[in-house]
Amino acid sequence: MAENTYQWPDASKRKLIGKRMNRVDGPVKASGRAKYTYDLVRPNMLYGDSVKCPYAHARVKSIDTSAAEKMPGVKAVHVIHGPDDGAKGEVFWAGTDIVAVAAVDEPTARDAVRAIKVEYEQLPHLVLNDKEPNLAEAEKSELYKVASKETVGDPNSAFQQSEVTHEGYYGSPVITHCCLETHGSVAEWPDKDHLFLHISTQNVPGIGEQVAKAIDMPASNVHVHQDHVGGGFGSKLGLDPWGVAAAQLSKKAGGVPVKMMLNRATELETAGCRPSAYARVKVGAKKDGTLLAWESYAWGSGGPGAPGSLAIPYVWKVPNQQKQYVGVVNHIGPSRAWRAPNHPQMCVITMGALDDLAAKLGMDTFDFVKKNIDLLDPRSKIYSEELDVANDLMQWKARWHPRGDSDTLGIPMEAISLQIGDNQYPPDSASGGSSTIGGVSSATFRAATDAKRQLIAKVAPALNAQPADLEVADGRVRVASDASRSLSWKEACSKLGAQTLTVRGTNPGEGDLTNSGVGGVQMADVSVDTETGIVKINKMVAVQDCGLVISPKQAESQVLGAMIMGVSYALYEEKVMDQTTGTMLNTNMDNYRLAGIGDVGELVVRLMTGPGYDERGVIGIGEPPTVSPGAAISNAVANAIGVRVPFLPLTPDRVLEALEKAQGEGGRA
Amino acid sequence: MSDQDSPKDSGISRRKFLKISAITTSAPLVLGPTVLEVEGQEVHVFGPGKVPIALNVNGKRLTANLEPRFTLLDALREKFEVTGPKRVCDRGTCGACTVLLDNKLVYACSVLAIEAQGKQIVTTDGLAPQGQLHPVSAAFVDNDAQQCGFCTPGFVMATKAFVDKHPNATPDEIARGLGGNFCRCGTYAGIKGAVAQLSGQQQKGGA
Amino acid sequence: MRAFEYASPKQKQQAVGLLGQQWGDAEVLAGGSDLLALMKDDIVHPKRLVNVKELPELRGITFNASRGLRIGSLMTLSEISEDAQVKEHHPMLAHAAGEAASPQIRNVATIGGNMCQRPRCWWFRNGFGLLATAPDGKSLVLQGDNRYHAILGNDGPAYFVSPSSLAPALIAYNARIRLFGPKGPREIPLEKFFVIPKSENEREHDLRPNEIVTDVIVPAPPSGVKASHYEVRQKAAFDWPYATASVVLDMNGDTVRSARVVMSHVAPIPWVSNEAAQALAGKTISEQTADAAGAAAVANAKSLGRNKYKIKLAHVAVKRAVLQAAKGGQA
Repeated sequence: MAENTYQWPDASKRKLIGKRMNRVDGPVKASGRAKYTYDLVRPNMLYGDSVKCPYAHARVKSIDTSAAEKMPGVKAVHVIHGPDDGAKGEVFWAGTDIVAVAAVDEPTARDAVRAIKVEYEQLPHLVLNDKEPNLAEAEKSELYKVASKETVGDPNSAFQQSEVTHEGYYGSPVITHCCLETHGSVAEWPDKDHLFLHISTQNVPGIGEQVAKAIDMPASNVHVHQDHVGGGFGSKLGLDPWGVAAAQLSKKAGGVPVKMMLNRATELETAGCRPSAYARVKVGAKKDGTLLAWESYAWGSGGPGAPGSLAIPYVWKVPNQQKQYVGVVNHIGPSRAWRAPNHPQMCVITMGALDDLAAKLGMDTFDFVKKNIDLLDPRSKIYSEELDVANDLMQWKARWHPRGDSDTLGIPMEAISLQIGDNQYPPDSASGGSSTIGGVSSATFRAATDAKRQLIAKVAPALNAQPADLEVADGRVRVASDASRSLSWKEACSKLGAQTLTVRGTNPGEGDLTNSGVGGVQMADVSVDTETGIVKINKMVAVQDCGLVISPKQAESQVLGAMIMGVSYALYEEKVMDQTTGTMLNTNMDNYRLAGIGDVGELVVRLMTGPGYDERGVIGIGEPPTVSPGAAISNAVANAIGVRVPFLPLTPDRVLEALEKAQGEGGRA
Repeated sequence: MSDQDSPKDSGISRRKFLKISAITTSAPLVLGPTVLEVEGQEVHVFGPGKVPIALNVNGKRLTANLEPRFTLLDALREKFEVTGPKRVCDRGTCGACTVLLDNKLVYACSVLAIEAQGKQIVTTDGLAPQGQLHPVSAAFVDNDAQQCGFCTPGFVMATKAFVDKHPNATPDEIARGLGGNFCRCGTYAGIKGAVAQLSGQQQKGGA
Repeated sequence: MRAFEYASPKQKQQAVGLLGQQWGDAEVLAGGSDLLALMKDDIVHPKRLVNVKELPELRGITFNASRGLRIGSLMTLSEISEDAQVKEHHPMLAHAAGEAASPQIRNVATIGGNMCQRPRCWWFRNGFGLLATAPDGKSLVLQGDNRYHAILGNDGPAYFVSPSSLAPALIAYNARIRLFGPKGPREIPLEKFFVIPKSENEREHDLRPNEIVTDVIVPAPPSGVKASHYEVRQKAAFDWPYATASVVLDMNGDTVRSARVVMSHVAPIPWVSNEAAQALAGKTISEQTADAAGAAAVANAKSLGRNKYKIKLAHVAVKRAVLQAAKGGQA
């Protein structure tokens, strides 16, 4: 008992681990009593709002806040981005905060915003990005960042040896996080040196320091508090200008609380962005399905800092590769981490190309993956087992048909497809990178173990035993060899006297409690209305490895949620930009569309557990299952209609265009 | 109105009245209605400054002085601290602000506080006494139908109204009947489970 | 939202008296779903709101055989979709009302408001004007992402689409709309109520700033009429349709005596397709004749660049509505 290591208990000794339990904060959320940052109403609270730049690329020339400052009810005005800020007032995306105001209520703050006059000099902008960049031109332009060409093996001769090759386009557009609780905070100064900040964040431990740095004060003087966060998905890890502005407005207003939450349009336009990823891919294999070669020319964008590269082929260790990547600089709200950053986009490209290659080979993709399973090292075995489980759950082998080979070309056309995904991240202190369960449960477990050890050391004399002889079981501390010598937990704790035990778990720490890097298999069953191009999800299966499952109900919820988010980005989501005005067009939730409850079909989740999985320890599950759905659905649609729809989302315009093109080319559809 | 300091001004002619006055920015004074004569009848005109508003929320009468431009949602949240209804889209799309207004399901963001006077308003906060869970909320917890939880209160209200009306819902009825609420974390499977659980309870005479 | 003053008159004469002489003075508040969104987005900023919900004469649904159905303008989409008389005599209307939006919206959105709702054009909603004209006079719609814009009646300068899916169902039934203004009531065919604006100062309705909608009158359809409303939308619920078609077939046995075909979300107004109606007259309904009607409905359609697929979807909407009607449809 007292050995100085930490181990998850053996399966036979687990009491709560692996049991189906309700979420602890379920009742407070389902009753509407949970208080989020957005819900706070602090004494004498003011409301913040801001002037936003209407142009995608501009320079702030002058700001006149005099009218706003004179308005009744306006308590503070703060310039966030003046003519001398940044690169001489240069603004790189529409929706950038320029001036913030605080007033007695929201409508008054809005009136004040309208009364502020800002003069801009408009500069040239680029907001679109789905066109394939010309490499020679890209190399000469500041709008493109051309990564150096990467080569693995000998792609030229591998393509020569390939008996079957396939070339096609694949990709996903920029999408936005659309957290239901928008970004924002409530800031107040209890005294002139101390900031009390309620903030909607995934990063309670780190955000205080970021704020302190931004306003040049000691981090120890910033108190950060948050009870619940209404969604983050990676977009609430860092500090944003409006978080600083709330603190500065509060200071100017004498320290009273200032609540500043983004409105929905700004949230969509500036506070969420998953970068786009497009690629022209060529793949080659032998007739028996042996995968030999990969060649890709890929590009993508996500705001002023162009993405650096794309790790494709995703997961597959194709022996011969040639890759070129071009990052596009554009003037849209900057990219943020999005639940498994880049993985879903890379998966769409990779699995789309391989699925098309399998189709050209006349192979079931299931067989193609099994044939090349060694290229999935080091998780070949996991994927193989998961494929078999998924096969059972979807009845894959019984139901699969060659591409477009439904009984007739009538409607709806139904098809199934499979998809594999992977995720690997280092642990992180913020709630991101799928580290929450790994980080929190390991740390908690270590802390509990330490506390138990300290308690045992204290009570051992009362039981006339050595600490090493004691164990804790059934609510009692007892001598392992003689259960009659025991104390109840309460009696044991009373031996502590006035001294309480305080221990803090750490992660990473001693012992191998967590792991990372998991594999999952997803299969999708869809129907496509070939007259309207409308895709419906019938059923999806996710078989997911996540090591030791602590709380199965919540782990399954994470996978289900990821699949639903996947349906959304596969079928509906897209940040639509207008090149003429440089602004986002779908800035509300009837045009920035999310899947509804009727759009997700039947969802089946199977977590891989037991020997071979549990001993890997705890692995976060938030991200991995979001990787595959886009590719799975895209491949299912290709299987149904016999032709690839190159780019997500699979909206009627894209599906019909692909069908029409195939007909025009005398394709099978 | 520029003549807000004369709350009872029945002498205004219709001709003059039809020239709608320019709105001055929020007058700090709280005033009763301006009474005007239109077509030979008196009409009360409220605002644009603050006017007394009384709402019946979860069985309690709550009062505040608000400009007519306050929505029911903003009045509930910012003036009365009834924060079960959430502000998410603020345009009548997402369903997070769903409340019952005279027993009808509505988006609180798309109703003015001033027009909700005299009606019974029920939010999730009022479904069950403090410390207790309404059966619909309990079914959400049992089926893990909440993750971040920000859509949950609105979804609970929509589900309550839905299962009251459709005790044995088909998938198509669920799609349409709960189609006015969106979740970003992806809790729809849990919500379907909650609906199924509630249907079972209703068949047994529960819920 | 900018500040406004608010009144709840008890008589329609008062309501009209409280309205302004020009747009921008005042707006009529009924269900409020669209109006409040427009005000929050600062697209309209009336100085006064006139709440008409306390006008009892704008309520009620009544039917008599000679006049048909009279629906008060305040009746909500929920009330219309669940009304026994509407279901019996104009089932397609009940269906269309029940398909619209979400339960929460159907509970407050009124038929009058549905007729008067403003376009969903994303430039309009983002403050670039009803006609979405750039400072250089060029159309933002023609240069930009016009995937949801008009394929018919799109010679400009208006390219938005009429957002009502209830209006085409009513127009297919030959409904009339009753308005009330300072000079008293006037009644016009609903089809004529919708107009394509030629300048930024015009609206999409034949409604004066000081008029209110009081009723919608729907003639009783002749016996043997078959009707159906079909919406092409991507999501299962609460999604703006790409195209809808409302079809009323006056049948003589198996043969179509005459037809009304009205589409929505395809043109700046509900689009009555005489071409599709002519294609159906005298025909028996089959896959081929239904398809021919769909083709006729979009024969004059043209793409603005990104919305070519909508031509196909409108074609399919008409075809499926016709086939569904022939099978009994919602009638």
